[in-house]
Amino acid sequence: MSIDSGALAASTTQQTEQQGGAHRKGKPALSEGKKAERRLGLLLCAPAAIIMVAVTAYPIVYAIWLSFQRYDLRFPADRAFAGFANYAAVLTSEYWWRAFLVTMIITIVSVAIEFVLGLALALVMHRTIVGRGLTRTVVLIPYGIVTVVAAFSWQFAWTPDKGYLAAMLPEGAAPLTGQVSAILLIILAEVWKTTPFMALLLMAGLALVPDDLLKAAQVDGAGPWQRLTRIILPMMKPAILVALLFRTLDAFRVFDNIYILTQGSNGTGSVSMLGYDNLFKAFNLGIGSAISVLIFIAVALIAFLFIKIFGAAAPGSDEGKR
Amino acid sequence: MADIVLDHVYKRYPDGTLGADDVNIEIADGEFIILVGPSGCGKSTTLNMIAGLEDISDGELRIGGQRMNERAPKDRDIAMVFQSYALYPHMTVRENMAFPLKLAKVDKAEIDRKVTDAAKILDLTQHLDRKPANMSGGQRQRVAMGRAIVRSPKAFLMDEPLSNLDAKLRVQMRTMVSKLQQRLETTTVYVTHDQTEAMTLGDRIVVMRSGVVQQIGSPQHLYDNPANLFVAGFIGSPAMNFLPARLEDDSLRTALGDLALSDQLRQTLSASGAERDVIVGIRPEHFEDSALIDEGIRHQGSTFTAQVDVLESMGSDKFAYFSVEEQATSDELAELAADAGTADVPGGDAGQLVTRLSATSSAREGQSVDVWVDTSKLQVFDPKTGKNLTTSEAAPATV
Amino acid sequence: MASTISPAVESRPAAPAKGSSKGAGMSEGQKKTWWAVADLVVLLYALVPVLWILSLSFKTTDTITDGNFFPRSWTLDNYAQIFQIGLFTAALRNSIGIALISTVLAVVIGTMAAYAIARLDFPGKKVLVGVSLLIAMFPQISLVSPLFDIFRGIGIFDTWIGLILPYITFALPLAIYTLSAFFREIPWELEKAAKMDGATPLQAFRSVIVPLAAPGVFTTAILVFIFCWNDFLFAISLTSTSRSQTATVAIANFTGASQFAEPTGSIAAAAVLLTIPIIVFVLFFQRRIVAGLTSGAVKG
Repeated sequence: MSIDSGALAASTTQQTEQQGGAHRKGKPALSEGKKAERRLGLLLCAPAAIIMVAVTAYPIVYAIWLSFQRYDLRFPADRAFAGFANYAAVLTSEYWWRAFLVTMIITIVSVAIEFVLGLALALVMHRTIVGRGLTRTVVLIPYGIVTVVAAFSWQFAWTPDKGYLAAMLPEGAAPLTGQVSAILLIILAEVWKTTPFMALLLMAGLALVPDDLLKAAQVDGAGPWQRLTRIILPMMKPAILVALLFRTLDAFRVFDNIYILTQGSNGTGSVSMLGYDNLFKAFNLGIGSAISVLIFIAVALIAFLFIKIFGAAAPGSDEGKR
Repeated sequence: MADIVLDHVYKRYPDGTLGADDVNIEIADGEFIILVGPSGCGKSTTLNMIAGLEDISDGELRIGGQRMNERAPKDRDIAMVFQSYALYPHMTVRENMAFPLKLAKVDKAEIDRKVTDAAKILDLTQHLDRKPANMSGGQRQRVAMGRAIVRSPKAFLMDEPLSNLDAKLRVQMRTMVSKLQQRLETTTVYVTHDQTEAMTLGDRIVVMRSGVVQQIGSPQHLYDNPANLFVAGFIGSPAMNFLPARLEDDSLRTALGDLALSDQLRQTLSASGAERDVIVGIRPEHFEDSALIDEGIRHQGSTFTAQVDVLESMGSDKFAYFSVEEQATSDELAELAADAGTADVPGGDAGQLVTRLSATSSAREGQSVDVWVDTSKLQVFDPKTGKNLTTSEAAPATV
Repeated sequence: MASTISPAVESRPAAPAKGSSKGAGMSEGQKKTWWAVADLVVLLYALVPVLWILSLSFKTTDTITDGNFFPRSWTLDNYAQIFQIGLFTAALRNSIGIALISTVLAVVIGTMAAYAIARLDFPGKKVLVGVSLLIAMFPQISLVSPLFDIFRGIGIFDTWIGLILPYITFALPLAIYTLSAFFREIPWELEKAAKMDGATPLQAFRSVIVPLAAPGVFTTAILVFIFCWNDFLFAISLTSTSRSQTATVAIANFTGASQFAEPTGSIAAAAVLLTIPIIVFVLFFQRRIVAGLTSGAVKG
């Protein structure tokens, strides 16, 4: 029974003010009970922790080790320690830098569009006085649909002679084969698929803005735009940062859409595409691993910068809440 | 039905604090007893120990003469009503009430009969098939009561069962609880931080502070003979006025002027070896508009003149507030103020004297009025120990 | 009093005053019209690409390249075709099997961890939360090379287990966040109440906590299933044959029934089949999915 007293304080916070001994009750009851609670906690978490570490931490360490090896699957006998040769090869290769640039462009542009569009969508879903349930249901379709399926839909739509969208373009246009236009279409596919997710996260943030506050601002003379920029957005900041952080890291991993839309041809490949191609087309595990490690470092840097610069609080950490 | 005895019960937390410090309470069979005190005073801890939801560090708990320390809650045959009602949201009212009986493997027909009876008593018959989420606070509260009474347990434990209700409903439910307890004659331990509830409901009240029992007694006894400053300040609304005073030969020198001591009071005070500086406590109703006092009893008190700060006319009587320069200070009073939340109100109760005058008094806001105070009802306290010097009763923990 | 569990950030119906952000001078009817237009835009946004693939799947071989949004002549041949070639059927079976097993395991393991995080106090709790956060941000491509090599080494390359492992791993952060948000909302005082009502700890858990936790667990299961169902990168990297290839990979590799046949129709038909379960989930459990997606992000 000491177990339930431990978390009681958290679950009944709204009552603690009036409730007599709530502060005391919140404290652990007995040291043996406390120990048992710790044991149970560790026991329950162990499977999750073990599997997560086994499938991520060990492979990434292994990837680091591989990245220092010459390891071509076509010539397994040639396997040998290569020092930083793989990294040198990647970092001096124009393919890497082009892929990196393409990835950054896709990430920044699509997240920016998603944010604006997602905010608009969130406002519509939050505020609409007609068809609330309907809009909330249909926006889940892009979220739920398989990326590959959506990518095919876009690919067919933009393929000349086949697609309804291509039919609207001037004769002879083949948007999926030009670098700039293809990247734009990749961004479009990304934006379509993930804006609803962004919108849902932002809508959750919107729900945290008290109506009374907006009414007060209105009485104080703030117009709709001012209410949005001065009240709603600042109050939503934590939700916005979480949404942006997650989407940025997610966009940086872009793979499915490119694979289906362009196969990375005509200079449209992302870093994930590059890593994949090195492994399954060039069969070079050493180079592929070096790319893996570099992507990992890039993602870690982005996350670090986000948290440092914007003070994005990690969801789940107690500090970020309320 | 059974009596409940807490015999030198302690609750020690791992960090060394005491949730209950040598608690001794004997609760008679069928008695309605109230545990009252401010937040963190140990009343809920004590209740949880009786329930078996918290372990007893030391001492013994006996219900119906049997030691209960090691028994699980379900083996103690007691029912509990929680502040949040703790109704099972996925069950209907009927299922909620039947749940303890089902667990006790009572047969279906019997369960049905008992639930129907309880629902009738609590006026829930037409709500039996509803889910708690669709019910009002008062209805949920009654369901929680129903779940407790269907089992006819040895005792009821109630943890601030009315504090989530609004004021009006609380008064109604209070009478209902009182009637129900009288009808069932089941031993009841009731925790509250509301002294009004404590005064109106209980056969006896246990006042607690920091895990220590301050005084046990009937509501009237605690009101008339508080063992110490804490009990005096906690019981009664509006609260007792406390003024610093200097005890001289046969009078008390206070901000209200010199108050003559009655013979009896003088005897007790000299017997208990009073010090020179004391705190004097006067209840609001022991003041009266001097103009309305019978000449016959005028000599029992003193009269002072002061300007009325605020006058609240309640219809039945008038509350007149006066400012006093000095105010009594002690740990106990500071704790009470902190609990009531008046500590950080600007001005607060600090240096304020509350008096209850007859409705016919001509006192007006901003004007001076002669006020008579019944000095035979004065309570004098030791400012250091907080002990009541006027009562011969040895504090604390007497029955 | 939390007598119903609703971590959903369900906002109340809009007060009339709020509509004025669209313009103060509008009448109720005008406002409704504007909102209806906005809703329609949202509707078109979400549905057009889906309708397009649906339309393609019903087009005949002759008309599939006509560029019309709606089919001029309808046929079910495309569906018949994909079931004739055994490849897709096998892939669908793999997809369903792998996604279901991963979902069950991830939800069971995630429930245990989330319960501990929400209810118990133990050392390393923050570390676990931090680790799962890191994994949620982890670039999956970074694991592809090492897992490819490791899985070949231990012989689980191109097997169900080889996909189930990474799926569970990446579904766990999602499951843990969503579930712990749900668990925090459960009024745990009920457990005490059940004990007072005479329940053993096991009875209290079974008859009170489980029914309350079930909706959260169910929601999480849907989200995890969608995640597994959607994966492409692991599936295409860690499988090579129809033994474990999932439907997403099968579609991507479609070349048509014969070498010269245009695969568009088959792809569209397969895509529609792959989309149906998701649409069903979304239609039936919209509220829960929204609640699940947002609870982790806002309440942590």
